[in-house]
Amino acid sequence: MKKFVLPTAVAVLLAVSAGALAAGNDAARKAIVDGYAAAAGPGFAGFSADRGRALYMGPHTGGKPETPACATCHGPDPRLAGKHYRTGREILPMAVSTNPDRFTVTADVEKHFARDCMSVLGRECTPIERGDFIAYLSGL
Amino acid sequence: MRRLLLATALLFAGGTAALAEDYIPPVNDPTTAKECGECHMAFQPALLPAGSWHRIMGNLSDHFGENASLPPATATAIESYLTANAGRGDPNVLRITEQRWWRHEHDFSDRAWKRSGAASKIDCVACHRDAAAGLYEDD
Repeated sequence: MKKFVLPTAVAVLLAVSAGALAAGNDAARKAIVDGYAAAAGPGFAGFSADRGRALYMGPHTGGKPETPACATCHGPDPRLAGKHYRTGREILPMAVSTNPDRFTVTADVEKHFARDCMSVLGRECTPIERGDFIAYLSGL
Repeated sequence: MRRLLLATALLFAGGTAALAEDYIPPVNDPTTAKECGECHMAFQPALLPAGSWHRIMGNLSDHFGENASLPPATATAIESYLTANAGRGDPNVLRITEQRWWRHEHDFSDRAWKRSGAASKIDCVACHRDAAAGLYEDD
């Protein structure tokens, strides 16, 4: 009997810590999304995964001609790894389901929106677009 | 395993010029590894002289045509690491791939470049599989 106790305890611990990590990620992501909701202004009626999908897939004009969509580098299926259009560098998946760390560190999220919205759209993304984007990628 | 053997070989043959030239100490600064490594391999500081790194890090909003902006404190920390561990070369040349030693080592036909599958000339790992670990022998 005793010899089952330890492995079981370890398994339970692992499961609990994995659960705690996921919960921590979800809380951190929710805080970021809530920040965009708060910044969305009057008349805000919630984020839309459909709008987020359209933003992700493009194509857009106004940015760099080589990168008309988020999907150019991140790939048409966000659950899979992407590939930087110029360097070939692999990019970890954008979908939360296959990359649970996505959208959990404010500084990283803001850094990439700041750079990539300029590259794809030629302008900053609005708080609503940021929230829509995360809504789409959190629901796949 | 192959990497281990090579590393061991390098350890014992450290004085052999031919081998030493193919080993470049990998990036061991976590911030540099993370920030530079998001869009391309985090290039080893010894691949460029300090003057080149200084100019690159001072113009991240137009990083060879890409916006690679970082918070000033982060950019300064990375620049300090890169310049403190920089290599030799022409400080007026910003691209690793335009340094004289690099062009000398990569004097291949266009067809050979195409065959390599490299996305561009800075896709080191397309040919040097262990480039990020500092091993460039497999050319």
